[in-house]
Amino acid sequence: MDACRRTTLKAGAALALLLLVPLRALAAGWNKAAFGSKSTADALKALGAASPADTKDIVIEAPQIAENGAVVPIEVTSNVPGTKSLAVLIEKNLFPLAAKFDFREGALPFVRVNVKMGESSNVRVVVEAGGKFFTAVKEVKVTIGGCGG
Amino acid sequence: MAEPMRIRATLKGDIAEVRVLMGHPMETGQRKDSDGKLVALHFIQEVTVKLNGKTVIESQISQSVSRNPLFSFRLKGARAGDKVEISWLDNRGDKNRFEAAIA
Repeated sequence: MDACRRTTLKAGAALALLLLVPLRALAAGWNKAAFGSKSTADALKALGAASPADTKDIVIEAPQIAENGAVVPIEVTSNVPGTKSLAVLIEKNLFPLAAKFDFREGALPFVRVNVKMGESSNVRVVVEAGGKFFTAVKEVKVTIGGCGG
Repeated sequence: MAEPMRIRATLKGDIAEVRVLMGHPMETGQRKDSDGKLVALHFIQEVTVKLNGKTVIESQISQSVSRNPLFSFRLKGARAGDKVEISWLDNRGDKNRFEAAIA
Protein backbone atom coordinates (compact mmCIF):
# COMPACT_ATOMS: atom_id res chain seq x y z
CA MET A 1 0.00 0.00 0.00
CA ASP A 2 2.85 2.30 0.88
CA ALA A 3 4.55 1.52 -2.42
CA CYS A 4 1.35 2.26 -4.27
CA ARG A 5 0.97 5.58 -2.50
CA ARG A 6 4.53 6.41 -3.42
CA THR A 7 3.91 5.67 -7.12
CA THR A 8 0.83 7.84 -7.06
CA LEU A 9 2.80 10.66 -5.45
CA LYS A 10 5.54 10.32 -8.03
CA ALA A 11 3.05 10.35 -10.90
CA GLY A 12 1.36 13.35 -9.36
CA ALA A 13 4.64 15.20 -9.01
CA ALA A 14 5.60 14.38 -12.59
CA LEU A 15 2.24 15.64 -13.84
CA ALA A 16 2.58 18.81 -11.80
CA LEU A 17 6.01 19.38 -13.33
CA LEU A 18 4.65 18.81 -16.82
CA LEU A 19 1.94 21.37 -16.17
CA LEU A 20 4.30 23.85 -14.56
CA VAL A 21 7.01 23.89 -17.21
CA PRO A 22 4.98 25.39 -20.08
CA LEU A 23 3.31 27.85 -17.71
CA ARG A 24 6.67 29.05 -16.52
CA ALA A 25 7.90 29.31 -20.10
CA LEU A 26 4.89 31.45 -20.95
CA ALA A 27 5.39 33.73 -17.99
CA ALA A 28 9.12 34.27 -18.14
CA GLY A 29 10.17 33.26 -21.65
CA TRP A 30 11.61 35.50 -24.29
CA ASN A 31 8.83 36.47 -26.75
CA LYS A 32 10.21 34.73 -29.84
CA ALA A 33 7.24 35.64 -32.04
CA ALA A 34 7.48 39.37 -31.29
CA PHE A 35 11.28 39.59 -31.47
CA GLY A 36 11.35 37.43 -34.62
CA SER A 37 8.86 39.65 -36.48
CA LYS A 38 10.31 41.43 -39.50
CA SER A 39 7.80 44.27 -39.53
CA THR A 40 6.60 46.66 -36.86
CA ALA A 41 2.97 45.66 -37.54
CA ASP A 42 3.73 41.96 -36.97
CA ALA A 43 5.78 42.69 -33.85
CA LEU A 44 2.94 44.77 -32.40
CA LYS A 45 0.46 42.01 -33.20
CA ALA A 46 2.68 39.48 -31.40
CA LEU A 47 2.79 41.81 -28.39
CA GLY A 48 -1.02 42.01 -28.42
CA ALA A 49 -0.79 45.71 -29.29
CA ALA A 50 -2.05 45.70 -32.89
CA SER A 51 -3.52 49.22 -33.02
CA PRO A 52 -2.10 51.49 -30.31
CA ALA A 53 -3.47 55.03 -29.94
CA ASP A 54 -1.15 57.99 -30.61
CA THR A 55 -0.24 59.96 -27.52
CA LYS A 56 1.89 62.93 -26.52
CA ASP A 57 2.38 61.42 -23.07
CA ILE A 58 5.35 59.35 -24.16
CA VAL A 59 8.56 61.37 -24.30
CA ILE A 60 11.29 59.93 -26.50
CA GLU A 61 14.71 61.52 -26.34
CA ALA A 62 17.10 60.45 -29.07
CA PRO A 63 19.61 62.24 -31.28
CA GLN A 64 18.12 63.76 -34.44
CA ILE A 65 21.21 62.64 -36.30
CA ALA A 66 23.22 59.66 -35.05
CA GLU A 67 26.68 59.51 -36.56
CA ASN A 68 27.27 55.95 -35.42
CA GLY A 69 24.34 53.56 -35.80
CA ALA A 70 26.07 51.02 -33.55
CA VAL A 71 25.37 53.08 -30.43
CA VAL A 72 22.26 55.25 -30.45
CA PRO A 73 21.08 56.34 -26.99
CA ILE A 74 17.30 56.27 -26.60
CA GLU A 75 15.67 57.65 -23.46
CA VAL A 76 11.96 57.09 -22.87
CA THR A 77 9.68 58.48 -20.18
CA SER A 78 6.04 57.48 -20.12
CA ASN A 79 3.64 59.97 -18.56
CA VAL A 80 0.67 57.73 -19.39
CA PRO A 81 -0.94 57.00 -16.00
CA GLY A 82 -0.63 53.37 -14.92
CA THR A 83 2.09 52.44 -17.41
CA LYS A 84 2.80 48.73 -17.01
CA SER A 85 5.16 48.06 -19.86
CA LEU A 86 7.09 49.83 -22.56
CA ALA A 87 8.40 48.46 -25.86
CA VAL A 88 11.03 50.08 -28.10
CA LEU A 89 10.91 49.35 -31.84
CA ILE A 90 13.37 50.47 -34.52
CA GLU A 91 11.02 50.33 -37.51
CA LYS A 92 13.63 49.86 -40.26
CA ASN A 93 15.82 47.32 -38.45
CA LEU A 94 15.63 43.75 -39.80
CA PHE A 95 13.85 42.77 -36.56
CA PRO A 96 12.17 45.98 -35.33
CA LEU A 97 11.46 45.05 -31.71
CA ALA A 98 14.57 45.98 -29.71
CA ALA A 99 13.42 45.77 -26.11
CA LYS A 100 10.41 45.44 -23.86
CA PHE A 101 10.36 46.46 -20.21
CA ASP A 102 7.76 45.40 -17.64
CA PHE A 103 7.57 47.75 -14.67
CA ARG A 104 6.36 46.52 -11.32
CA GLU A 105 5.60 48.42 -8.09
CA GLY A 106 8.73 50.40 -7.22
CA ALA A 107 9.91 51.18 -10.77
CA LEU A 108 9.24 54.39 -12.67
CA PRO A 109 8.18 54.02 -16.35
CA PHE A 110 11.52 55.28 -17.58
CA VAL A 111 14.38 53.66 -19.42
CA ARG A 112 17.54 54.64 -21.21
CA VAL A 113 19.14 52.12 -23.52
CA ASN A 114 21.72 52.13 -26.30
CA VAL A 115 20.51 50.49 -29.50
CA LYS A 116 21.85 49.64 -32.94
CA MET A 117 20.25 51.18 -36.01
CA GLY A 118 20.92 49.79 -39.48
CA GLU A 119 19.72 52.96 -41.21
CA SER A 120 17.66 56.11 -40.60
CA SER A 121 14.37 55.08 -39.05
CA ASN A 122 11.45 55.93 -36.86
CA VAL A 123 11.95 54.85 -33.28
CA ARG A 124 8.53 53.76 -32.02
CA VAL A 125 7.60 53.32 -28.39
CA VAL A 126 4.48 51.43 -27.36
CA VAL A 127 3.21 51.63 -23.80
CA GLU A 128 0.65 49.42 -22.10
CA ALA A 129 -1.53 51.04 -19.45
CA GLY A 130 -4.87 49.91 -18.06
CA GLY A 131 -5.18 47.18 -20.68
CA LYS A 132 -4.79 49.74 -23.52
CA PHE A 133 -1.86 50.52 -25.79
CA PHE A 134 -0.42 53.94 -26.63
CA THR A 135 2.34 54.94 -29.01
CA ALA A 136 4.68 57.73 -30.05
CA VAL A 137 7.48 57.97 -32.62
CA LYS A 138 10.68 59.90 -33.14
CA GLU A 139 12.77 59.92 -36.29
CA VAL A 140 16.51 59.32 -36.03
CA LYS A 141 18.79 59.86 -39.03
CA VAL A 142 21.77 57.56 -39.12
CA THR A 143 25.01 58.43 -40.95
CA ILE A 144 26.76 55.04 -40.60
CA GLY A 145 24.62 51.94 -40.01
CA GLY A 146 25.40 49.74 -37.05
CA CYS A 147 24.08 46.23 -37.68
CA GLY A 148 26.48 44.57 -40.12
CA GLY A 149 30.03 45.74 -40.81
CA MET B 1 30.48 34.00 -17.26
CA ALA B 2 33.00 36.35 -15.75
CA GLU B 3 32.27 39.27 -18.05
CA PRO B 4 32.40 42.51 -16.10
CA MET B 5 29.21 44.23 -15.05
CA ARG B 6 29.05 47.57 -13.33
CA ILE B 7 26.15 49.15 -11.49
CA ARG B 8 25.95 52.69 -10.22
CA ALA B 9 22.90 53.59 -8.17
CA THR B 10 22.57 57.14 -6.88
CA LEU B 11 19.76 58.69 -4.94
CA LYS B 12 18.02 61.92 -5.97
CA GLY B 13 15.29 62.59 -3.43
CA ASP B 14 13.51 59.27 -3.07
CA ILE B 15 14.26 58.19 -6.63
CA ALA B 16 17.27 56.02 -7.34
CA GLU B 17 18.87 56.39 -10.76
CA VAL B 18 20.38 53.01 -11.59
CA ARG B 19 22.95 52.78 -14.35
CA VAL B 20 24.27 49.42 -15.45
CA LEU B 21 26.94 48.45 -17.93
CA MET B 22 27.05 44.82 -19.01
CA GLY B 23 29.99 43.23 -20.78
CA HIS B 24 28.51 41.32 -23.71
CA PRO B 25 29.31 41.12 -27.47
CA MET B 26 25.59 41.34 -28.50
CA GLU B 27 26.32 39.72 -31.88
CA THR B 28 23.55 40.32 -34.43
CA GLY B 29 24.32 37.29 -36.55
CA GLN B 30 24.80 39.69 -39.48
CA ARG B 31 28.36 40.82 -38.75
CA LYS B 32 31.27 39.22 -40.63
CA ASP B 33 34.65 38.52 -39.03
CA SER B 34 38.01 39.30 -40.68
CA ASP B 35 37.77 36.03 -42.69
CA GLY B 36 34.41 37.06 -44.09
CA LYS B 37 32.49 34.49 -42.07
CA LEU B 38 29.27 35.41 -40.29
CA VAL B 39 29.65 35.67 -36.52
CA ALA B 40 26.93 33.61 -34.79
CA LEU B 41 24.00 35.29 -33.09
CA HIS B 42 24.88 35.84 -29.43
CA PHE B 43 22.93 38.30 -27.33
CA ILE B 44 21.33 38.93 -23.95
CA GLN B 45 17.61 38.08 -23.97
CA GLU B 46 16.41 38.81 -20.45
CA VAL B 47 17.36 41.44 -17.90
CA THR B 48 15.90 41.52 -14.38
CA VAL B 49 16.22 44.33 -11.85
CA LYS B 50 15.54 43.66 -8.17
CA LEU B 51 15.36 46.11 -5.28
CA ASN B 52 16.04 44.49 -1.90
CA GLY B 53 15.26 41.09 -3.40
CA LYS B 54 11.95 42.13 -4.98
CA THR B 55 11.67 42.19 -8.77
CA VAL B 56 10.88 45.71 -9.97
CA ILE B 57 11.71 45.52 -13.70
CA GLU B 58 11.67 42.55 -16.03
CA SER B 59 12.82 43.09 -19.56
CA GLN B 60 13.34 41.18 -22.76
CA ILE B 61 15.81 42.54 -25.26
CA SER B 62 17.05 41.68 -28.75
CA GLN B 63 20.30 41.74 -30.69
CA SER B 64 19.39 45.36 -31.59
CA VAL B 65 20.71 46.49 -28.21
CA SER B 66 24.28 47.81 -28.56
CA ARG B 67 27.40 45.83 -27.70
CA ASN B 68 28.23 46.10 -23.97
CA PRO B 69 24.67 47.18 -23.12
CA LEU B 70 24.19 50.30 -21.05
CA PHE B 71 20.85 50.86 -19.32
CA SER B 72 19.42 53.43 -16.94
CA PHE B 73 16.39 52.73 -14.77
CA ARG B 74 14.63 54.74 -12.07
CA LEU B 75 13.35 53.22 -8.84
CA LYS B 76 11.13 55.08 -6.42
CA GLY B 77 10.91 54.81 -2.66
CA ALA B 78 14.52 53.69 -2.50
CA ARG B 79 16.85 54.54 0.38
CA ALA B 80 20.60 54.81 0.70
CA GLY B 81 22.04 51.38 1.39
CA ASP B 82 19.20 49.52 -0.37
CA LYS B 83 20.41 46.69 -2.56
CA VAL B 84 19.98 46.72 -6.32
CA GLU B 85 20.52 43.39 -8.05
CA ILE B 86 20.68 43.06 -11.82
CA SER B 87 20.88 39.78 -13.68
CA TRP B 88 20.86 38.75 -17.32
CA LEU B 89 20.40 35.60 -19.38
CA ASP B 90 21.59 35.25 -22.97
CA ASN B 91 20.51 33.09 -25.93
CA ARG B 92 23.18 30.49 -25.11
CA GLY B 93 22.00 30.10 -21.52
CA ASP B 94 24.92 32.06 -20.07
CA LYS B 95 23.97 34.32 -17.19
CA ASN B 96 25.43 36.92 -14.91
CA ARG B 97 24.32 38.68 -11.74
CA PHE B 98 25.62 41.70 -9.92
CA GLU B 99 24.62 43.60 -6.82
CA ALA B 100 25.30 47.12 -5.59
CA ALA B 101 24.15 49.32 -2.75
CA ILE B 102 22.41 52.62 -3.47
CA ALA B 103 24.67 55.54 -2.61
